[in-house]
Amino acid sequence: MIGIEESRQGNWIIVLSFIMAIMLTALPLPEWAVNWRPSWVAIVLIYWCMAVPDRVGILVAWFLGLLLDVQQSTVLGQNALGLTLIAFFTINSYQRMRAYPLLQQAVLIGFYLLFYELIMLWVAGYLGKGTRDWTYWMPAFTSMLLWPWLFIILRDLRRKYNIS
Amino acid sequence: MFQKSSSPNLRFVVFVILSIILMVVDHHQGHLKVIRSALSALVYPLQYVVNLPIEATEWISLTLVTHNTLLKENDRLKQDHLLLSSKLQRYEVLETENRRLRELLESSFRINDKVLVAELIAVELQSFRRQIVINKGQREGAYDGQPIVDASGIMGQIVHVGPFSSTVILITDPNHALPVQVNRNGLRAIAVGMGQNDKLLLEHLPNNADIRVGDLVISSGLGRRFPQGYPVGQIENISRKPGEPFAKVMIKPSAKLSQSREVLMVWPYENNNEVDKEIDGLAIQ
Repeated sequence: MIGIEESRQGNWIIVLSFIMAIMLTALPLPEWAVNWRPSWVAIVLIYWCMAVPDRVGILVAWFLGLLLDVQQSTVLGQNALGLTLIAFFTINSYQRMRAYPLLQQAVLIGFYLLFYELIMLWVAGYLGKGTRDWTYWMPAFTSMLLWPWLFIILRDLRRKYNIS
Repeated sequence: MFQKSSSPNLRFVVFVILSIILMVVDHHQGHLKVIRSALSALVYPLQYVVNLPIEATEWISLTLVTHNTLLKENDRLKQDHLLLSSKLQRYEVLETENRRLRELLESSFRINDKVLVAELIAVELQSFRRQIVINKGQREGAYDGQPIVDASGIMGQIVHVGPFSSTVILITDPNHALPVQVNRNGLRAIAVGMGQNDKLLLEHLPNNADIRVGDLVISSGLGRRFPQGYPVGQIENISRKPGEPFAKVMIKPSAKLSQSREVLMVWPYENNNEVDKEIDGLAIQ
């Protein structure tokens, strides 16, 4: 049984990491790099769902998705649906994922993100806003490459502030 | 917020259904403007902070300009000003004459030229869509569908208004269409975005339409959303294939869509809410 004091410890670090992720999503990039931008919010969400599934779950994912929808002015609920799915997958497989080596984690997360983008594309396509550009799928790839580094940074933060 | 309560499976189903309901309601009715603008007040500070370093570098480069450059720039601006004021004199005469003639013809034509300068704070995050965020919102009287122009032509219109910021869809977005006419002969057409920065497509012009490369295309004001007579672009390329019913006409937008940092918000009609209602009414019919 965890006391309330202990379970709240480090909430601000989690919130701060999400704020950073949303800011990185809004960071201006040169034209050619825009489609290669990693899905920051999604991978940070996957990390926290994996590390502290009792605290960061579907509700958090859904709310973050709404914020992304407003930021990217997509139809309300589009990113919310995608992130909810990602959180659900991660929460159902976090024990296995923790045991995997970093590279294997990265590949699995690449697949999760491909699925997330597929959902986004379905919704966008249904609303007549789809794209056929192959670079649309690149965020999954760049996020996959980025995962090991992000994992190590967030793990060190988590250990330093004793979040569990 | 971070407490665990019911089973994740149940919560998952609930939130998936909630998302789908949200999407359907937002897409079909648009009753969710309140939620969106409330959430945008949360997102706006983040976007503002992201923008700070860029503004800081601009400010630094501005303060470090030499005295000499400033003098030169001042000189150039004075010349520009003189040139523009002389042009404006001619324009004012023409405008009064035009108004008088229209009064004779009893046609209703009013120019309401209230404008406001807004600054760009973010650009669209996905490259196949063309949208920008500007730093003026409800507080300044922005409204859905408000035209946005820059110094050289029409840029787009507002799609979402937040308390302090608004999202603008550019004319090059694949989902945007703009009623236009060719300045030389008044030929009407629709200019559709293609998701590329420097191209618009003129739709449904027959092969034998009277158009030439270099013709100026201006907004026609039909649809009562955009003001009439603002430049949209110049015809860059016409390909007429005998086998196809329509000519493929490309225009190059005159607005500097990927360069402007300051844009102008225009209030073309005196009572915009009425226009909006009118348009909504038309859409329902």
